Amino acid sequence: MTNETLIPKVGVITDIRKDTPDVKTFRVVGTDGKKLFEHMPGQCAMVSIPGVGECMFSITSSPTNEEYMEFSIKKCGCVTEVLHALEEGAQVTVRGPYGKNFPVEGDFKGKDLLFIAGGIGLAPLRSVINYVRHYRENYGKVVIVYGARSKDDLVDIEEIQTEWMNEPNTEVYLTIDRPQEGWDGHVGFVPSYVKELGLDPNMTAVLCGPPIMIKFTLAGLLELGFDKSRVYTTLELRMKCGVGKCGRCNVGDKFVCKDGPVFRMTELDELPDEY
Amino acid sequence: MKEVETKMLERAKELLESGEVARVVGWKKGEFCYDPSPATFESVEELKDFTYDWFCGANLSKYLIQISKKEGKTAVFLKPCDTYSFNQLVKEHRIKRENIHVIAVECRGKFDIEKIKAKGISFVTGAQLDGTQVKVSTLYGEETLEKSDVVLTKCATCNKDYQVQDEAIILHERTKKDVDRFAEVAKLEAMTEEERFAFWREQLSKCIRCNACRNVCPACSCVKCVFDNPASEISAKVNSDKFEEQLFHIIRAFHVAGRCTDCGECSRVCPQHIPLHLLNRKFIKDIDNFYGEYQAGETAEGKTPLTSYTEGDTEPNDVFKGEAK
Amino acid sequence: MKKIAKAKLNELYAKISESMGLFLPIKRAGEVNYAVWGEGKEVSLETLKTVKSPKNAFFPDSENLMKFKTEGKNIEIIDVRKDYKEEKPFVLFGVKACDYKAIEVLDRVFLADPVDSYYQARREATTIVTLACSKPEESCFCKVFGIDATAPCGDVTTWLDENYLYWQANTEKGEALTALVADLLEEGGEESVATQQEATKAILEKLPFSALDLSRFKPENLNDLFNDPAWEEMSEACLGCGTCTFVCPTCQCFDIRDFKTSEGVLRYRCWDSCMYSDFTLMAHGNSRTTQMQRFRQRFMHKLVYYPSQNDGLYSCVGCGRCVNKCPQHLNIVKVIKTLGGKNDD
Repeated sequence: MTNETLIPKVGVITDIRKDTPDVKTFRVVGTDGKKLFEHMPGQCAMVSIPGVGECMFSITSSPTNEEYMEFSIKKCGCVTEVLHALEEGAQVTVRGPYGKNFPVEGDFKGKDLLFIAGGIGLAPLRSVINYVRHYRENYGKVVIVYGARSKDDLVDIEEIQTEWMNEPNTEVYLTIDRPQEGWDGHVGFVPSYVKELGLDPNMTAVLCGPPIMIKFTLAGLLELGFDKSRVYTTLELRMKCGVGKCGRCNVGDKFVCKDGPVFRMTELDELPDEY
Repeated sequence: MKEVETKMLERAKELLESGEVARVVGWKKGEFCYDPSPATFESVEELKDFTYDWFCGANLSKYLIQISKKEGKTAVFLKPCDTYSFNQLVKEHRIKRENIHVIAVECRGKFDIEKIKAKGISFVTGAQLDGTQVKVSTLYGEETLEKSDVVLTKCATCNKDYQVQDEAIILHERTKKDVDRFAEVAKLEAMTEEERFAFWREQLSKCIRCNACRNVCPACSCVKCVFDNPASEISAKVNSDKFEEQLFHIIRAFHVAGRCTDCGECSRVCPQHIPLHLLNRKFIKDIDNFYGEYQAGETAEGKTPLTSYTEGDTEPNDVFKGEAK
Repeated sequence: MKKIAKAKLNELYAKISESMGLFLPIKRAGEVNYAVWGEGKEVSLETLKTVKSPKNAFFPDSENLMKFKTEGKNIEIIDVRKDYKEEKPFVLFGVKACDYKAIEVLDRVFLADPVDSYYQARREATTIVTLACSKPEESCFCKVFGIDATAPCGDVTTWLDENYLYWQANTEKGEALTALVADLLEEGGEESVATQQEATKAILEKLPFSALDLSRFKPENLNDLFNDPAWEEMSEACLGCGTCTFVCPTCQCFDIRDFKTSEGVLRYRCWDSCMYSDFTLMAHGNSRTTQMQRFRQRFMHKLVYYPSQNDGLYSCVGCGRCVNKCPQHLNIVKVIKTLGGKNDD
């Protein structure tokens, strides 16, 4: 029974953090108080509330966290709306992990890493960033560019400011779309900020955010001389099974749930434009 | 039929060449003589595949919901039954009437290839009307069938006349049929409740919920169907129990009541040959009975019995009891 | 080879049904579909194409996956698989060569790692008895996919003529079934079968779609095919209904949904169709917003995406059901002819 891929495990929500007006981070453990399963950065899990529905979410916490998993979830549909109304102690079901992870033990090793995220797009990157921080000596310089609509929409700003910004050999650049009272940081969209920063094109880049941000940021990176084969992103399409059988999350002959969600830009170039 | 097709083709060419219309909606040839598809022709060149034959049963009116929103005028060929759907859609503000040029085309009933094949005839290469009979040519020779055994169910009882036309291409007059379109309904009414329930249960148990009946139905023009809306709590892609398959078709029949023009497309497209049109016809018969004779789609204006109140209306209680006042 | 007189087929069905389930083409309310045999049911082995394919023997239109009992904040998950009657051995009888090949197509999806245990349980519990075709019709094109309609595989292969059903066991499961019904079978039939096969092959050769050109449908042409402008025209009459997908023996896309009952929540899966507008709908967008995109997905999946992931095996078997059943006569043959005809090499 435990091997059955469609049958989930019961998870208990032990902590709920309100990150932004529409993003909450849920901490989940098994009914025995232990972590539900192991995963790698970039992998996803199906979280469900019986009677409401089941959705794929990226696992926000790093695998190096041995106690629990976290999911940062934006309220935008039926399931997420009900999730946001839950209280600590509530149970959900979880199954996974699904998909390919970022090559943290492969191509990323020894490289300078650039993470670029927009809005809730930070969720899947937080897992990688914290993994890289944990094994800091395995990687080179880390640059993080993160933008959101306003300062209130920056997900998990506390961790960014107290931990990431103090990490050695790490640069963090934050930006918001429009000027706002109480914000003395950079103002402007992520793609133009990336160009302004004049980043080193030899870095390996990871992008995550709304499709429009990815499109323009990628164009900016290419202008700066980045090589597409060293730019990664993670996709999101509607999924039901998580294991390449229900047939809906394909882009061309690749299933996002199984062959993704992490793709190199060069891999995406070979696929039809339907995501 | 060939002469009619030739005339239609000539007219389509003229309209496109002169720029009077930007496109023509009709039918294009398939792989066999019996599988034409609805099609839009935007140039004289594209008309090479144009066809109009005994198998052009599809109702083109519903396509005009989208097409009439396009830039420029559209000419469309409508059979008598299709003109009712057209009017009804104009009435419901789904089709922009001013963008459409209606060409009424001759129809003496359309043939149903599945009915021909069910007679054990395959490799059909052609079919021609010969009085009350149909000559079917096949790779192995010719077969003669009664026309009444070959026409689409919707054509068998059709006595409809063109309700709208900007011009017409009609070479043969139709003969009025001496048939009662409510005869099948009356048979169902004559059954006991248990028999009727058993009949529909047997028929509806074949339903595979492909939604062909809904998607082809000109009266089903909702932008989002209640059965596709998760928030409705009745959205479903499958009949999860015996009751549900009845629920889908009965709710649909209720929803199109008073607007269904009896075009019969639902029964034409059903892959399991469920006589869905009988549900709608029962409603039409009851509406006639309770509120006075009414034919949806006869005009594109005016009041409809189920959406207008008059003091003399049958009381709802009597409707449920099945008694006209 | 063995044989049984046609008049004795009911005895054969009854014998099998004593110890196993029997699923075969049965006529109900005028249409022939696969259903469980019972005394008095009208079996129709002669029907060339059942409306639905036999895929629902393994992949039913809908099936319960699990139940949830919720109490306060607590959730209990109940495995419902042990309730399945289908896990008892059953015989799938009368499967045509195309539909049998389709099972291989489904196997590659459901039995690939991670195995779908719901499908697997039924698949393993089944003995498949195939039936050779003797009267293929113009919408058949299994030959294009290398299928021999006169000699399907399966655990047992059968041939039917006016007098007899001929019987040949191919596997251990087939031998076991043969042993079960041995009293009803007699020896012989080789010549009759050979004669029938020869006659059928002559028809197959002449079928109008027997030489469709598939050579352009290769993974390396994926983007060329995807971007072909002909999709617009090919899909313009598409109603967006699910007829083609639901009658198709290889379509296997499904949805997973929850259903609230008085005893808790039932999670079930059901057939779904890539032709439906909500197939890829997410809270914040849809990757396929037009019917052209959905239409293209279906045929690209059959002819390019699936073969690309499955050693070149097409996920069309040429059964021709979509040719017969599409309300507006759109179908995979028209797609193959339109796009395949643009072969440059």
